[in-house]
Amino acid sequence: MASPALLAAVGEVGEGFIHHRDSANRSCQAIPSKLFCWDWAREHIGRYATPTVQHLELVVFSVVIGFIVAFALALLAHRRRWLRTPLLIGTGILFTIPSVAFFFLLEPLAGRGRDTAIAALSIYTLQIIYRNTMVGLANVPASVKDAARGMGLTDRQILWKVELPLATPEIVTGLQIATVSTVAIATLAVFAGGGGLGTLIKSDLSFKTNLILAGGIAFLMAIAFGLILFVVQRLLTPWRRVETT
Amino acid sequence: MRIDHKRLRAAMAGLLALALAAGVTACGSSSDSSSSSESGGEGGGAIVSNPKNAKVSLTIGSKNFPEQEILGEIFTQALSAAGYKAKSDLSLGSETVAHQAVKSGTISGYPEYASTALTSFFGVEPEEVPAGATAAYEKAKAEFEKEGLTAFPPTPFASANAVGTLKKTAEKYGLKTVSDLEGVSEKLSLYGSPECRERIDCLAGLEKYYGLKFKSFHPVDIGLRYTVLEKGQADLSILFTTDPQLSAESDKFVILEDDKHVFPAGNVIFVTKDSVAEEAGPDYEKTIVEVQKGLTLPVMQELDARVELEKQTPKEAAAAYLKSAGYTG
Amino acid sequence: MIGALLPQPVLASVKGAIEFIFTPQTSNVTGGKTVGGIDQVIELALKQLELTVLALALSLVIALPIGLYLGHRGSGELFATAIGNAGRAVPELALIAFMAAAIGVGVLNLMIALAVLGIPPILANTFVGIHQVDRSTVDAARGIGMTEFEILRKVELPLAIPTVMSGIRGATIAIVATATIAPLAGVLTLGDFIINKNVYGNNGVLAGAIMVALLALLLEFALSVIQRRITPDGLKLKLKTT
Repeated sequence: MASPALLAAVGEVGEGFIHHRDSANRSCQAIPSKLFCWDWAREHIGRYATPTVQHLELVVFSVVIGFIVAFALALLAHRRRWLRTPLLIGTGILFTIPSVAFFFLLEPLAGRGRDTAIAALSIYTLQIIYRNTMVGLANVPASVKDAARGMGLTDRQILWKVELPLATPEIVTGLQIATVSTVAIATLAVFAGGGGLGTLIKSDLSFKTNLILAGGIAFLMAIAFGLILFVVQRLLTPWRRVETT
Repeated sequence: MRIDHKRLRAAMAGLLALALAAGVTACGSSSDSSSSSESGGEGGGAIVSNPKNAKVSLTIGSKNFPEQEILGEIFTQALSAAGYKAKSDLSLGSETVAHQAVKSGTISGYPEYASTALTSFFGVEPEEVPAGATAAYEKAKAEFEKEGLTAFPPTPFASANAVGTLKKTAEKYGLKTVSDLEGVSEKLSLYGSPECRERIDCLAGLEKYYGLKFKSFHPVDIGLRYTVLEKGQADLSILFTTDPQLSAESDKFVILEDDKHVFPAGNVIFVTKDSVAEEAGPDYEKTIVEVQKGLTLPVMQELDARVELEKQTPKEAAAAYLKSAGYTG
Repeated sequence: MIGALLPQPVLASVKGAIEFIFTPQTSNVTGGKTVGGIDQVIELALKQLELTVLALALSLVIALPIGLYLGHRGSGELFATAIGNAGRAVPELALIAFMAAAIGVGVLNLMIALAVLGIPPILANTFVGIHQVDRSTVDAARGIGMTEFEILRKVELPLAIPTVMSGIRGATIAIVATATIAPLAGVLTLGDFIINKNVYGNNGVLAGAIMVALLALLLEFALSVIQRRITPDGLKLKLKTT
């Protein structure tokens, strides 16, 4: 590196700053048709660290918030039958509306940024977990509940000691579906100013290596979450073979 | 059927702990949107850190393509070196979005092309845009003053929109200038940025001044302007005269000469609010004008090439420029 | 009534968006050119609908036969579930961008990308739906002399309709949602309002979001009507009493 004394007047770039480029001496990433540039990927993988962490944040917060709300709603609806249909329809409507639309529907209320993104993603996870929780609770055989009642358990005890544990496979399946889908959808959070791997994708739409890396990380993250939750489900319910929905 | 409550509770607790842990560690990470402010001046660069600037916070914006992002980064890093609390908020959008942002105070300032300012903001017809850099600057500055904004003197380099195409398309239809498209354009598709439809130095001007009608116009992201040509989807695409692809792949792409001067070239002038400039003190304008001096056309093209072709980040390219030109140590 | 509950700026935004949907306005963002209005909105909505229907059709043509075959045979359960899960994991933005960069922009290329999202739920659900039909029912049908194909068509498929339709609805939701960002790949759908705030302004963005939501709900409603019509009456009764 030239010492300041050797530099020309300030404002002139050093010798060799300007490179000559032509079709012959292009580096891999300068060639648009190249599918994947290994060297570039190896050198620059660090760029993907912060967006990946942002992405994780989005997913974890959305799933946790969605779970808490969905679980609460399910418990509520379990007790009061009349709530079931409106809640089912309500959450169903929320689920049908694409998250991308939600990012902007919520903007007048919540502003731009990560919080809006998380709110919109939570709405998505909410429906899945709510529906699966309700199905899980509904699938508890009446005979088991009767037996428990016969043994003298109160309704509350039945819920927590019998129904919920039996509904666990279904609930965890719901968590699994919700989490995997949320990782994929969170790539769109960039449109709400929410960060995540989508920012890297959007910043260079023509660089295939970048798309493969960012998309690949998101895909692997989703699969990883799916596998982890699958294992959790197996651990929690050793007595039951689970049927997938 | 035994329900193992202990196991259940342990597993649930574990899941919850995992989720919380992930959340907490994630919270601790810093976001990448603001550039680090270098405690400049100590490395021996020409920009000296002035402690009086430390109380001034500046947010530098940019439009949504690489050359703009590089400029935004250069200014942010230079101002940081001068002692300001400078951070960047790049890639805001097209010129109208950036203009709104500086007027509303979301950003302190951003680099605009004098020609774009005159044609897009102030309704000046392309033929009335002064040819000389200083004249265009003065005219733009006068117009900005009416909005309570001011502009700093121009960069050495200028850039313009251009109608580009594949070399073989140009040879097929005998295209050398934009006027050559007369009679041919009805068969050709044109791809440009979404705001190109409205800009007089883009589709609107091609229709008005050249009287051209195209088979179709497709808005696409600026980052895809060469991809659509390569993939054979676009017959014509709106390019920039400073694009690195034009020299690196000169056997592939060619731009048509703007013989009716509908696409005036613009030097970059930094636009900021009068009040911001006052509050920031003399170092604000001084630093920006100084650091621009090295941005000749070859240098800007080199920086563009590093970001667009070699996929460096604008931050890296800006830092390399500032160091090589002796501004930072 | 609702107006009293919402804060003023929200109401103003909604009003602005509704105006945008119905009347063309001189955009206050791009200085002059008219944007919005019911014609443009319908045009983009139809484009999104076209894209969705085409992608859904392609997905059905590929996924249904495979799902039906595997489900009837009872083999390939791991394959079907794996595809179903993997399909959910595909990041939409990366998929669209990659297809555009690798194959090119345009409706045809986009259709393929969207079908990648639509195939997994349809395949997985069709498999499960058919596979879960009571084996004794199938055996009985075989016993009275039905061919394998007849069993599939007259016995398994009607019973599997709720599950299969659930998969189709899931696929439609995913496709519509991703078709929203099709403008990134050169096909102008309602997402253009949302992505290009430059051109359409804040009103346009909110208008786009509202229209996308409405379109999705409309499709969902249409599919639920179709489901009700093709579900055999006996099954409808059975589901009601469960």
